[in-house]
Amino acid sequence: MTAFILRRLMQSVGVVAVMSLIVFFGVHIVGDPVYLLINPQADQEDIEAAIRALGLDRPIWEQYWHFLTGALQGDLGRSFVFGEPALKLILDRMPATLELAIAALLMAIIFGIPLGLYAGLKPQSWVSKTIMAGSILGFSLPTFWVGIMLIMVFAVMLGWLPSTGRGPTATFLGITSSLFTLEGWRYVLLPATNLALLKISLVVRLTRAGTREAIHQDYIRFARAKGLPTHRVIGVHLLKNILIPVVTVLGLEFGNLVAFSVVTETIFAWPGMGRLLISSIQSLDRPVIVAYLIIIVLMFIIINLVVDILYSLLDPRVRLGEKSA
Amino acid sequence: MSVTEAPAAIAEKNDASAVETPLRRFVSAYCESKLAVGAALFLLVLILLAAFAPLIAPQNPYDLAQVDVLDSRLPPGEVGFSGMTYWLGSDGAGRDLLSAMLYGLRISLSVGFLSGLIAMAIGAAIGLIAAYVGGRVDSLIMRIVDLQLSFPAILVALMLIAVLGKGVDKIIIALVTVQWAYYARTVRGSALVESQKEYVEAARCLGLSHVRILFRHILPNCLPPLIVVATVQAAHAIALEATLSFLGVGLPQTEPSLGLLISNGFEYVLSGKYWISTFPGIALLVTIVTINLVGDQLRDVLNPRLAR
Repeated sequence: MTAFILRRLMQSVGVVAVMSLIVFFGVHIVGDPVYLLINPQADQEDIEAAIRALGLDRPIWEQYWHFLTGALQGDLGRSFVFGEPALKLILDRMPATLELAIAALLMAIIFGIPLGLYAGLKPQSWVSKTIMAGSILGFSLPTFWVGIMLIMVFAVMLGWLPSTGRGPTATFLGITSSLFTLEGWRYVLLPATNLALLKISLVVRLTRAGTREAIHQDYIRFARAKGLPTHRVIGVHLLKNILIPVVTVLGLEFGNLVAFSVVTETIFAWPGMGRLLISSIQSLDRPVIVAYLIIIVLMFIIINLVVDILYSLLDPRVRLGEKSA
Repeated sequence: MSVTEAPAAIAEKNDASAVETPLRRFVSAYCESKLAVGAALFLLVLILLAAFAPLIAPQNPYDLAQVDVLDSRLPPGEVGFSGMTYWLGSDGAGRDLLSAMLYGLRISLSVGFLSGLIAMAIGAAIGLIAAYVGGRVDSLIMRIVDLQLSFPAILVALMLIAVLGKGVDKIIIALVTVQWAYYARTVRGSALVESQKEYVEAARCLGLSHVRILFRHILPNCLPPLIVVATVQAAHAIALEATLSFLGVGLPQTEPSLGLLISNGFEYVLSGKYWISTFPGIALLVTIVTINLVGDQLRDVLNPRLAR
């Protein structure tokens, strides 16, 4: 186990290094940010002073070396636009994005598992067929369009929920989040629903498939033959076994939620790191783009590693890394 | 496309209507689902609408001489100052929404299909090579594929756009990069199975060149799963392009796809002008659902595991 984690960590460091190289050099091929950021009326002297201040006059490999040594000390460069450290800009916005993703994940579990269980237990009923048809729609609906429609119906036409922005925050156990206030939940409801829709469909399908498969297994029949009540057979014996793939997929999907929050944050003007990325792409704010991508890659690597370890804990049949070692 | 041509050639050779050809078996299996037949026909209609958009559309929404700014933001069914009826309303610049949607569909479909074709060509070739050469080349290629597929498509696309900048060609490069890995993995999987079979060995014994064995013998037998992946990916590509355009990092305003039309209508949603965003959205949704329905049935028909 330890050897497996160590090897995975080594690989991850390699992936991050290669990614930073590709992204850093790639971003520098795109236009020149100087002419976007400096007043076009500025004279040559001012422009040169600005180039020197931003460190853009050095050779590109020297800029990369500077970036790399800085990155290892937690300094990913300064934003050209905000004049603040890029890492700080992103970390400031990370809680907003994470709370959105967590709210969406909770929704996927709360709605997805019971609906999928029902559809798996009674596949012939019309309710199940409606659930399955709905899940196909959930897969096909473009996220951004659903977001617009949610705003139109619930914020503009019915006026029930606020259309954009993040609600007031409160601090609980040292974590500041809008999920700790009632008003905050009113703000998070629409964007989280928007983000969760695809995941609900996914969980419904996974749970249904798992239920259909498990229901004919010997251990279920045995539990029934033993005379256990139905709710115990389903709630304990069945659910425990179908949860393994669901937990794995949801774990992996968490990274996906964070990535997709780029879209949801743009629609709902949610002050998270996804919106920062889009505005940074538009203003060619290189340090922020590079820092965002590196943080996201790191996050994915950590998530994948944690899910792999969790998987082996949940399912004792899985032995990590011994096959290839 | 080529799969319909190849069995058709065989059918001509046999020259008997009663003979069961792979194509006939495929068509009759596909037609078992009425919904899928309807979806296929509807997809054809959509493609024709897109192809002949300039002939069908009431106006050319990008010819400034035909667009009247006084007619902007009219609700559906309204008759404008220019005397023209806007069946689906008009957008913020006074363009007829129906015409803009037809042109948008044309752009969405062509970007989706073009990127799909390029990705299929690249992905299939790389997958074939990985399976045929094997060893280190194979494991290196599959490493890259696995690495790429562990990141969500939208993130990879955004990363590329951040690096490359905006524009039609950049979007196509991004979509191709996102998709090639799926094709490569699919083709590698079936090519590995195929290359163990006797006909490949026979071809080798005949002294045929590697290229010929790969592309004339192995590739045609990998087509069924490839077609299924291609339909699913076409829907994905269209949705992804729409999303990128919506985010303002996709296609330029001069070539508005459905995604950009929705994005343009977004600013009017808060003032209750629903139609500018809603109708292009429905068009996009219908397109994606239609392609997915066709893809679902293709998967059922072409899947060898569901022995028919």
